[in-house]
Amino acid sequence: MSTRIRAATAACAAFALSATLGGCGLITAETPPNTLTVADYYTAEPGNTALTEILKTCGRATGVHVVREVMPRAQLVPKLLRDGAARTLPDLVLSDNPDLPKLASTGALLPLKGRTDTAGFYKSVLEAGTYDGELYGVAPGVNGLALFYDKAVFKKAGLEPPTTWKELRDTAAELTERHRYGLALSAVGTEEGSWQYEPFLWGNGGDLDGLGSKASVDSLTYWSGLFGDGSVSKSALNWQQSDVAEQFIGGHAAMMVNGSWQLAALDAEKGLDYGVVPLPVPERGDTPVTPLGGEVWAVPKGERQDKATEVLDCVLSPRNMYDWARLRADVPARPDVAKRLVKRQPDLAPFVAGVPAARARTTELGTVYPAVSEALYTALHQSVTGTLSPARALKAAQRDARSAVDDH
Amino acid sequence: MTTVVDRPAAPAAAPTPPTPDARAAARRTRLARMSFYVPSVLYLLLFFGYPITANVVMSFQDYTVTSFYDGDAPFNGLANYTAIFTDDLFGASLWHTVVFTVASLVAQFALGLALALYFRRRFPLGSVLRALLLLPWLLPLLVSGTVFRWLLDQDYGVVNQVLLSLHLVSDPVPWLVSPDHAMAAVVIANVWIGIPFNMVILYGGLQSVPPQLYEAASLDGAGAWGKFRHITWPLLRPVSAVVLMLGLIYTVKAFDVVMVLTQGGPADATQLLSTWSYQLSFTNLQFGQGAAVSNVLIVIAMVFALVYLRAVRAEQSER
Repeated sequence: MSTRIRAATAACAAFALSATLGGCGLITAETPPNTLTVADYYTAEPGNTALTEILKTCGRATGVHVVREVMPRAQLVPKLLRDGAARTLPDLVLSDNPDLPKLASTGALLPLKGRTDTAGFYKSVLEAGTYDGELYGVAPGVNGLALFYDKAVFKKAGLEPPTTWKELRDTAAELTERHRYGLALSAVGTEEGSWQYEPFLWGNGGDLDGLGSKASVDSLTYWSGLFGDGSVSKSALNWQQSDVAEQFIGGHAAMMVNGSWQLAALDAEKGLDYGVVPLPVPERGDTPVTPLGGEVWAVPKGERQDKATEVLDCVLSPRNMYDWARLRADVPARPDVAKRLVKRQPDLAPFVAGVPAARARTTELGTVYPAVSEALYTALHQSVTGTLSPARALKAAQRDARSAVDDH
Repeated sequence: MTTVVDRPAAPAAAPTPPTPDARAAARRTRLARMSFYVPSVLYLLLFFGYPITANVVMSFQDYTVTSFYDGDAPFNGLANYTAIFTDDLFGASLWHTVVFTVASLVAQFALGLALALYFRRRFPLGSVLRALLLLPWLLPLLVSGTVFRWLLDQDYGVVNQVLLSLHLVSDPVPWLVSPDHAMAAVVIANVWIGIPFNMVILYGGLQSVPPQLYEAASLDGAGAWGKFRHITWPLLRPVSAVVLMLGLIYTVKAFDVVMVLTQGGPADATQLLSTWSYQLSFTNLQFGQGAAVSNVLIVIAMVFALVYLRAVRAEQSER
């Protein structure tokens, strides 16, 4: 048995035992000629339709037929690992940027430098697609976090949107009423929870590879204080960001921390008048640091890699980038395109402002990030539920993170 | 196929030694019999034997994402087992698994038995209601899990609204977001899902209790409790053993309910061995350690499966 088949079957075994995540076969249908396959997890609108449209356009422009394989987010990386083992990777992959280093570390991805035109892109965007000094992924659009607020509620209370941590805490407490919390955010026990907390950590000078530091502990103390005040519902420990948006739309939160991709859903809501401002910072004059979010395109090595790169180049062209970002309410990956889009969609301005200073989650940690992220969201839960003090929770997280680093 | 048929008795042929022809026929018979085993043996080897072996092997390897691609996973001895046994989460998730399993089993069995006894009486719409009670079994776990997430929501969940309006609690219960309540919440959901299984099998068991025994007991002046204690319970024992043992094996490896409701949280309060194994493998991508945890789970399930098999064998030899 060749090692490759053994790896594939071992992968199958792991899946069959651990979670049975669906079918796991070694037999895959041959892709018909002149067809490219794309794997992504844009199951939700407007991303779903937008992606189909863009790929159709670019397929036409480059003379290939592009077929999408769409799956829930949690299944993308396992699927790619399985495909990698069986050497049946799709021709193009759209994956969450923190997942890119682990995919790139397998050696299955094509280095993109010199193969695709990334001139004029934000430096931070390119960093998010870099692993080991090599560019493996490029995003047409990125996103970050900002503070959404309900204009009517603020007007009635005679308040201005907060800009500092102290103002955020006071405003949130003041706006908390019987059926309305002052602030909603996601603290769910997945990567989403870590991602929402990272602006607080980084904004205060904390670090993912220094979770036990004073700056990190102070940020968690502040953040759990929002729950302690009763300004944030403890249910946030179970809320994904889409749940947070629903709470906000339903009038159960006066403010929320959320991403630009929610703009379309919020705009579709009649009778909702909201504003968006940058995330509050610890002290006046600080710069908000949001984690850089969004999906990056990557090209697995293979027979059709050149054609795939051609399609990718088309997807990344300023014109398509603009359309994509407009439909998805993402920040375009090039400042000039972003500037054009903001004119049309002023709500995007706080997100655009955040991109140059935005930080890729995997810059420092690379492939170890997922383990550290898990240690981090566990610490968030421990601190909010009072299981451990912020200092002790983060100390434990730091220990877990260290052992993950040592393992690798 | 008359030649293959095994004739029950052939006393006339007994004294003379079997001719070579007869021996060949006997061998063919044996082969034909064996051939009926082949599909199931192949199935077991392919879909159980191979994955389990691979999983055991994987638990002794340093299996990373790269291993998937280049097939290269160096053996690292007991490193994965050392890593999981020294992790604080091991003790915690083992304990959670025990609490979850025992609590689920006891409640499922008690409620399943109560419902089975109740539905033994005949009353209008009884069979319709009984069929409706099967519903939890038919629903995908993802659906029931999601519904329970809504029901148990701290702020807007129906359960809290009911409890509050009945003045049973003064503050909303943080079902899913407090480490003290989350285990109860997942157990409640799992019990609801497991009741039909218990009810159906126990109901079947009750059908086989001869009604004459109850009549005789009534004549002897036994009350409802007496009948239950001295007739129903002892006669139901073999069925109960099967229900509990199968329930145990299902519950030990329960995964979906917890994943949908709490994802093992908050603060790992509902982390079971199964969810931890998933997290190690597919969130942290430490496949070797994930495999090691699931092997521990397999051993636990296997122990109980053996106990079950022995019990069944003892039961059969008694008859």
